[in-house]
Amino acid sequence: MTRFTLTDAEAHYGATRVLGPLSLSVDEGEHVALIGKSGAGKSTLLSLMFDHWREQPVALMPQALGLVDTLSVFHNVYMGRLDRHRWWRNLATLARPWRRDIDEITALLEDVGIAEKRWTPCGELSGGQRQRVAAARVLYQQGDLLLADEPVSALDGPQASAVMAKLTGRYPRTVLAMHDLELALSFCTRIVGLKDGAIVLDAPSETLTAAALQDLY
Amino acid sequence: MPLRATTRVTLGLVLLALVCLLLGDFEISAHDPWRSLGQLFLGLIQPDFTSVDSLGEALLRTVAFAFVGVGVGALAGMALALCFHRWWVRTFCAFIRAIHELFWALIFLQSFGLHPVTGVLAIAIPYAGIFAKVYAEILDETDPLPGQVLPRGAGRLSALVYARVSQAWPHLVSYTAYRLECGLRSSAVLGFVGMPTIGYHLMAAFAQGHYPTVGALLLMFYLLIGTLRWWVRPKILPLYLAAAPFLLGTGLPIMWSNVTRFFTEDIVPAPLRRGEGLEALWEWFGQLFVQQALPGIWNTLLLTQIALVATGALALALFPLISRHFTRRAGGMAGHVVLVVMRSTPEYMLAFILLQLWGPSMLPAVVALALHNGGIIAHLVGRRSNEITLRQDAPQGMNRYAFEMVPRLYGPFLALLFYRWEIILRETAILGILGIATLGFFVDSAIQEMRFDRAMVLILITALINIGVDVLARRLRGYLRLRHGVDRQQC
Repeated sequence: MTRFTLTDAEAHYGATRVLGPLSLSVDEGEHVALIGKSGAGKSTLLSLMFDHWREQPVALMPQALGLVDTLSVFHNVYMGRLDRHRWWRNLATLARPWRRDIDEITALLEDVGIAEKRWTPCGELSGGQRQRVAAARVLYQQGDLLLADEPVSALDGPQASAVMAKLTGRYPRTVLAMHDLELALSFCTRIVGLKDGAIVLDAPSETLTAAALQDLY
Repeated sequence: MPLRATTRVTLGLVLLALVCLLLGDFEISAHDPWRSLGQLFLGLIQPDFTSVDSLGEALLRTVAFAFVGVGVGALAGMALALCFHRWWVRTFCAFIRAIHELFWALIFLQSFGLHPVTGVLAIAIPYAGIFAKVYAEILDETDPLPGQVLPRGAGRLSALVYARVSQAWPHLVSYTAYRLECGLRSSAVLGFVGMPTIGYHLMAAFAQGHYPTVGALLLMFYLLIGTLRWWVRPKILPLYLAAAPFLLGTGLPIMWSNVTRFFTEDIVPAPLRRGEGLEALWEWFGQLFVQQALPGIWNTLLLTQIALVATGALALALFPLISRHFTRRAGGMAGHVVLVVMRSTPEYMLAFILLQLWGPSMLPAVVALALHNGGIIAHLVGRRSNEITLRQDAPQGMNRYAFEMVPRLYGPFLALLFYRWEIILRETAILGILGIATLGFFVDSAIQEMRFDRAMVLILITALINIGVDVLARRLRGYLRLRHGVDRQQC
């Protein structure tokens, strides 16, 4: 039984329908890449999924990242697990973090290559660094499904691959909006193509090539 | 040439002020006003720091009351800000901030007496109302996205602190620091009604004609405010806050029977207390309204109108003092000092001093209001003018002022003036305590006569007028499409 299913879902902007009706389900072990032109409805589909499935442990990494610029890298990552602790422990962490949390988060930050910045406020980071912090946050958060909108768009080749490997390795299911077709094909198991708010392609990635996907654009 | 909306409104306000000028009383009744003014200046030049044995204590108490009052107000304000979306919280906050600190002090003096709690509550209550409004605005301006990506099930408090307060933190801190400066002024002024702060010592020194002492007190006060950013540091702030409650002095013990009597009997309108029914109450209220409230309202509005226009004129005349388009570095520094002194002196303190020098009339009040508020607006407009870049061959002097600067700055200037309208009105009402027949005068007289029920009704009327003028100013700003970011300069 899969808990992550959309049936005839629609999204509206004012009176206009911008997405759907579409049906889709994500099974365990599936890593779905959403591809399509900008404006095809990738971000809309992600936020629709987040709304529909928010009763379940779903993590979201939006394109704007949702970092708090005034807080340190450590605290932004820590926010991924605010629900696991009592309020007083969270407040105390603002003043003085627990050793255990520091160790765990530092290890995660090392994975994405930004551990030396852990006490820097996020507002002082570059675009690529910020994206890695947001990735570390969802890696720390964990859950049954990750929804991420262009999670590696600001990272260069090897870094992008490393972060993609972490994201798909740490979650049993992922839905990632991607514009880099090579990355999508090598890390995701399933490709969903969107055009004008409708699904026009849904196939396992091993049956597809980057050249074939160009038709969507 | 058709008149623009801003010009029409300006001309209307000026005309109204001129009519008010004819109706008001502006005589200098002191027989030698310039001699006392000279003595005061002499006192400022040759201050006597030894004569006040309690000078240090006056400063300490002023600071302590400010810290405790603003601290309690900020905490309560934060709590209120979190439920500011409820209409009754917004109304409640508008109401408590419409009543001036000194009115709150007068109310609590009758119940708690000269106990420190009177001074603390007098600052904390109106400040809580202002903090609630501004904190809520600041929190609203934060990016909602960090809150949306939080894991579901994160506690409300954790989510609030991590996703919102943390983002707003720099703004919250800078606004609270600004209010602390206001709190020092409020605290100093509370001395005029008996709290052991600078105002009290100033009043005593004036009564004895000790101008060198007056000079010393004023200079210490300017020094205190002028050096605020050096001695108030985020790192040592907790220390100040922890120590301040113990430095308020002991005052007189609270008589709890007085407190109960005040709130259950004294402030109940007399006809109700005597059980004379609603008809008698209506008659009582009608009489109070016609004989005291109406003349009070009339004088308050009259004085406010004149002070508003005088404030505007002064601000327009003085902003070049700190504008880089008119002054060089040294001149600009001197200009800054002038404006800092003008805006650091509370209106009430200025009015008190001028009243001692010139005798009772509306003149000291208008001059005090114009100097203080004009100083603030000139400072803000001047700062704004420094953001303007002129072309290299721009005209100089008067032509630059009239053609390049004022047309560009007039919109922001009017917006600032309208923001201060409500504040000027609040202060005008309160200056009545000094003997000018505005609403504060009638409140004070009622209290002197131990008629607290009347005093309460008059205070309520004052609060309602404040709220009314605030609404009017907001409408005018909307009508003139004036927008200006700094509506948070509120004292």
